[in-house]
Amino acid sequence: MTTAVADSHEAHEDHGPAKGLTRWLFTTNHKDIGTMYLIFSLVMFFVGGAMALIIRSELATPGLQFVHPEFFNQMTTVHALVMVFGAVMPAFVGLANWMIPMMIGAPDMALPRMNNWSFWILPVAFGMLISTLFMPGGAPASGWTMYPPLVLQTGDAFPFLIFSVHLMGLSSIMGAINIIVTILNMRAPDMWLLKMPMFVWTWLITAYLLIAVMPVLAGAVTMLLTDQFFGTSFFLAAGGGDPVMFQHIFWFFGHPEVYIMILPAFGVVSEIIPTFSRKPLFGHDSMVYAASCIAFLSFIVWAHHMFTVGMPLSGQLFFMFATMLIAVPTGVKIFNWVATMWRGAMTFETPMLFSLAFVFLFTIGGFSGLMLAVAPADIQYHDTYFVVAHFHYVLVPGSIFALMAGAYYWLPKWTGHMYNETAGKWHFWLSTIFVNLTFFPMHFLGLAGMPRRIPDYSTQFTDFNTMASVGAIGFGVSQLIFVYVLLTAKKGAHATDRVWEAPRGLEWTVPSPAPYHTFDTPPKLRVAQESFE
Amino acid sequence: MIRKSLLSVLGLTGASAAHADWALNMPKGITELSAETYDLHMMVFWWCVAIGIVVFGVMIFSLFKHRKSVGAEPASFSHSTTAEVLWTAIPCVILLIMAVPAAETMIRLEDSRDPDVSIVVTGYQWKWHYKYQDEGVEFYSSLALPSVEARPKQSGVDPFSVENYLLEVDRPLVVPRGKKVRLLMTSNDVNHAWYVPELAIKKDAIPGIINEAWFRAEETGTFRGQCAELCGKDHGYMPIVVEVVEADAYQAWVDTRKAGDAQVAQMEK
Ligand code: HEM
Ligand SMILES: [Cu+2]
Ligand SMILES: [Cu+2]
Repeated sequence: MTTAVADSHEAHEDHGPAKGLTRWLFTTNHKDIGTMYLIFSLVMFFVGGAMALIIRSELATPGLQFVHPEFFNQMTTVHALVMVFGAVMPAFVGLANWMIPMMIGAPDMALPRMNNWSFWILPVAFGMLISTLFMPGGAPASGWTMYPPLVLQTGDAFPFLIFSVHLMGLSSIMGAINIIVTILNMRAPDMWLLKMPMFVWTWLITAYLLIAVMPVLAGAVTMLLTDQFFGTSFFLAAGGGDPVMFQHIFWFFGHPEVYIMILPAFGVVSEIIPTFSRKPLFGHDSMVYAASCIAFLSFIVWAHHMFTVGMPLSGQLFFMFATMLIAVPTGVKIFNWVATMWRGAMTFETPMLFSLAFVFLFTIGGFSGLMLAVAPADIQYHDTYFVVAHFHYVLVPGSIFALMAGAYYWLPKWTGHMYNETAGKWHFWLSTIFVNLTFFPMHFLGLAGMPRRIPDYSTQFTDFNTMASVGAIGFGVSQLIFVYVLLTAKKGAHATDRVWEAPRGLEWTVPSPAPYHTFDTPPKLRVAQESFE
Repeated sequence: MIRKSLLSVLGLTGASAAHADWALNMPKGITELSAETYDLHMMVFWWCVAIGIVVFGVMIFSLFKHRKSVGAEPASFSHSTTAEVLWTAIPCVILLIMAVPAAETMIRLEDSRDPDVSIVVTGYQWKWHYKYQDEGVEFYSSLALPSVEARPKQSGVDPFSVENYLLEVDRPLVVPRGKKVRLLMTSNDVNHAWYVPELAIKKDAIPGIINEAWFRAEETGTFRGQCAELCGKDHGYMPIVVEVVEADAYQAWVDTRKAGDAQVAQMEK
């Protein structure tokens, strides 16, 4: 198996990477594009992180210390847009680019030129979004949810906001099409659908979600654009429009969007936990069904973000029941991970540590999600720090930790060297401690009634805010360790092809570092798996 | 001023202890429905704790017992239909147990029929306007002066020295105890949300739409809240204060307000 790959690689030596900048600008290689996605998302993670630290510094004590309320609102808005569309989503697309072809035995992505496009649109989109900070009237300040009529009060930044969202959507849709076509057409001949690794499965489902909802978002923001400039009144009450309709359309996109950010994370930890438990993934097929179920349900729960807008009773009850139902397949996932660890032989390298923290802390976010699903209680929690705590638990120790886990897991495959394990462990422990210090107290703030998106607060909220701010700064600084790990990634010992003791996917049959071209001839899954026995 | 003197006569002034200094949990509130909401919240919370103990318990046990360093040998099972059916079915049952009382409370929350007092609440950037429908009383309610003076950057005023910093208004909403008060919410500009934790009310005030919420306060006192929907730069500076007083004090307040309004109208002529 391995030799077959190496042979075909040698035969194509002339197809190595081009030299210099053009390699990156014109590349159609899935590994190059994956690398660019990952680096881009890391940069965005730090840009969005810097904004978060501005927010947390201002909120460390009551009274305004550093910024004006206008700028504070710009920070919350741009922070969220950058983190959602610039950090988490592109990072998962980066992993998909690197790993999906190697996991299914394909030579590259199915549509390589489009792949190049999907990536290079992103720097343009975010260049545009971030440039609005320097425009008259400042950056958008209406929250990432862009509710009208408030969003229509945005200054010169308004059309730039809309177009950058269009571009982000375009990039996501093209990426999603590419992933679907690749997975459905380019698998190793004996890899039928239910044999696909979990990461490939969750990405397949995610890609369908993306194709279904990104156009909806594009439609919603286009209607904002025409309301602002072309005299329409989709969302303007004065012209017979309905401001609430925007919220329905936005959340029809928005709720599947949160699953777009978590399903690939499920996939990553479903790869890592079996490897370090030395035991096959428990209930592979039921994991697939659970993920599909979650994806389906995610289309019929959107109005749980809108329990306070004044829906009819029947609507509120429907969305409450449907939302509570999502807890069932989500629970199945968690139980399956625990069952995978059960009676395994675990070791605790950095990727496993991040995955374990993922299971613990994502579950806490799931619990607060269940509490939020209960409509009468949500009326109390809604738009308070309780919601902020909920979504940061599912997104930071959820999505981001899964990304970190994936990065550590596959880094030796990418670089051909083991990373610095001590630094990795420090990164993990500091991140875990500080992430909890940052976000756990926010539950209490929300329950005590502190609204979200405010630059200053009443004095009884001081202690927990100070705690959260200390945690946030600690978390931010801890991420520099990750940069250190990346910068020294090629200094460690040479990695073997299989890197870890017991991973089982096709990606571990190719050499480390993975050659520029892999699987020019399709592998046989069965042969590969026998070679692992 | 009128309010201050009137209420001090009745012995109702000052900040109430309604907002404890270090609140950890949702307040039980002062209405039947706020107590029900609190009970729901605690019920779901305890279910989560229970599920958490089981799941995390199994996981932690496994983390200690099934590690390679203590010589664990990996098993190779990857299916168990019994387990999978159980951990799908049991959560469904638990959810049903939660959903029934939640639905009951939801139904009661929406029943705003036959109110004793109706007040139109209109959100403005960045203050509230209250209009008592039957009494002909109306007024704006904005952030109180001490907070206004303390809030700017480098104001030189320590927020801790301001009583109820950011949670005090010039003119609070006054309502009678024990009466069904219906709020009709709308907005003059962008979306706002009227939120008072102790009344378990949070409802969006949206231009072009009239939303309803209702409460029946069972205790007198001062209860504070804030706008809960991002509405622009001073979103953090449009608090809500509700004073619940006995019915006769409420009537006296309405009369004084009316007389005051008449006087102002006279003077303006
Ligand atoms: C057990 C599963 C989950 C349930 C039942 C659930 C439920 C909810 C509910 C009801 C809200 C609305 C709260 C409010 O605004 O009043 C909410 C908000 C949110 N959730 Fe979840 N959630 C779950 C999982 C997730 C996951 C996996 C993610 C993302 C990775 C996520 C991300 C978010 C975000 C970003 C918001 C806030 C959006 C905003 O208002 O800006 N949730 N969730
Ligand atoms: Cu949602
Ligand atoms: Cu507001």
